[in-house]
Amino acid sequence: MNKSLRNTGFYGGLLLFTLFAVFPALWGVITVFKKSADLYTPTADPFLYHPGPTFSHLSYLFTSTSFMTFAMNSIIIGVCVVAITLLLSVPAAYALARLSGSWGARSGMALFLVYLIPPTLLFLPMYQVVTFLGLADSIWGLVAVYPTITVPFCTWLLLGFFKSIPGDLDEAAMIDGCSRFGAFLRVALPLALPGIGACVVFAFSLQLSDYIYAATFITSTGSMPISVGVPTQLVRGDVFFWQSLMAADVIVAIPLAIAYGLLFDKLVSGFQSAETSATHA
Amino acid sequence: MNNNGTAKSAHFIDQDRRLGWAMLSPAVIYIVGFIGVPFVLAILLSFSNATVGSPGIHKLVGFENYISLLHQPTFTTALKNSILITFLTLVILLVLATILSELLAIEFRYKKVFQTLLILPWAMPVSLAAIAWLWLLDSQFSPIDWMLTQIGILGPGGFLGPARHLYYLGRDVLAIASIVTVNIWRLLPLATVIVLAGRLSIPQDRFDQAKIDGAGFFRTLFSITIPALMPVLTVAILFTALVVFGDMTTVALLTRGGPGHASQVLPYWAFLQGIQGGDLAGGAAVALFMLPILLVVAILALRIAYRSEEA
Repeated sequence: MNKSLRNTGFYGGLLLFTLFAVFPALWGVITVFKKSADLYTPTADPFLYHPGPTFSHLSYLFTSTSFMTFAMNSIIIGVCVVAITLLLSVPAAYALARLSGSWGARSGMALFLVYLIPPTLLFLPMYQVVTFLGLADSIWGLVAVYPTITVPFCTWLLLGFFKSIPGDLDEAAMIDGCSRFGAFLRVALPLALPGIGACVVFAFSLQLSDYIYAATFITSTGSMPISVGVPTQLVRGDVFFWQSLMAADVIVAIPLAIAYGLLFDKLVSGFQSAETSATHA
Repeated sequence: MNNNGTAKSAHFIDQDRRLGWAMLSPAVIYIVGFIGVPFVLAILLSFSNATVGSPGIHKLVGFENYISLLHQPTFTTALKNSILITFLTLVILLVLATILSELLAIEFRYKKVFQTLLILPWAMPVSLAAIAWLWLLDSQFSPIDWMLTQIGILGPGGFLGPARHLYYLGRDVLAIASIVTVNIWRLLPLATVIVLAGRLSIPQDRFDQAKIDGAGFFRTLFSITIPALMPVLTVAILFTALVVFGDMTTVALLTRGGPGHASQVLPYWAFLQGIQGGDLAGGAAVALFMLPILLVVAILALRIAYRSEEA
């Protein structure tokens, strides 16, 4: 194929994909700074500011809505869920990768099948469990439940990471006098740090993304995380505060997108080792 | 890989096994308690007459909830839509992910910037993404409508009719198309990362050999890349099918199952019945209808993955 034609095809394709990916967020960013009179004129060019941009809707989000409460709730829940996830997943993944032989491969598959059960199948009984534990309408109910989403996934991902670290390294440490657990702490754990980092990002964003559990368990505004608070509390009846809504959207999305962007290659190699271990099980 | 090959005393292996269980058991206990127990409860619930008002499972009513479901026209619509939306999303998603991973397998300038922009839909919490799309597809102020009007496709004299708006979320077919579009948008980064991981694992000498043999871009794509990707594509299908099929957020915020119940799906119908309608048992029965379909998808994908391994 002609080289310049190929280049045009390549960059054209890349640009189209990128535009598709960012268009809703881009439209959101433009919306944030629009004055209402400008925003609600259907004939005006929606991509330009007619009487100039305004910051009032951005400050409205922080001063006159519960956005900061939602953000704080999401951060507290996120930190707890990440901690629980790592405490459960890291040792489990190491045990499955190293200590259980062929039995470990089957457990890896079982774990994957558990991950296949969607929250929408479990949310009704989960509501009963959370009510039974006295945690309904509290962020601690969500802290208790979100690891059901993160633990199977992170264990499965870490399993691939631990398998990609040569077992000889642990054995060498053990010959040098380490116990098995010591080898795990001093050899395998530091080498798995990139995978653990990916798990932190994943676990945090998975809990942030949940809608169904939060919508089911939480009824009072003060306990809502971002995912439920923003779409329900920044809307009054049928009136959507679009500029403030989009501001909330963009503020949450941009840091996460940068974190994911930086992790892109790590994600690919994570899936690479996970895929190799899954298909060669 | 496993340590059976190395010579070790039986005592050591025994100690290893105990440590293995100690490291594994917290995760297993949590999963059994918070996934296993609710899973069994979900099944019991669907055979009971529990409501939000009296959530205890006091009386089992057999298949009553299931039978009454089959008489609800909304349930049939939701079941059909769930399958249709998942199928359409997957087909288009796999094609796009394969193309995009081909593009990203090449090194080029500012690749990090493009990767960050391309992964944005995945990084965005689903409910916030749905709200962004709700605004993008607004009945009066959609910039897409405005652009279509500017180039003369929409509006007076345009071939899509004199109206200046398409009302994406207000028409049966467009509402489903909108949900499919948002699903594709949201899952393309995940699917691309999975496919790209497989794409980069294909040994480079196979591509070199194809080049020597004079194979062009498409020839290489169809006779080397795609066959080699088959096991990975099944992983991608599994992951995304489950996410699409089990998701209610997009539908709940974008179309609310409407217009009418035209874009209703199983998970959202379960939510409406179980939580908003207060009929825990009925909602659980709706949700459990997802299980056989999920199982079939999982078994099929795993079988294909193993078969292509053997070949």
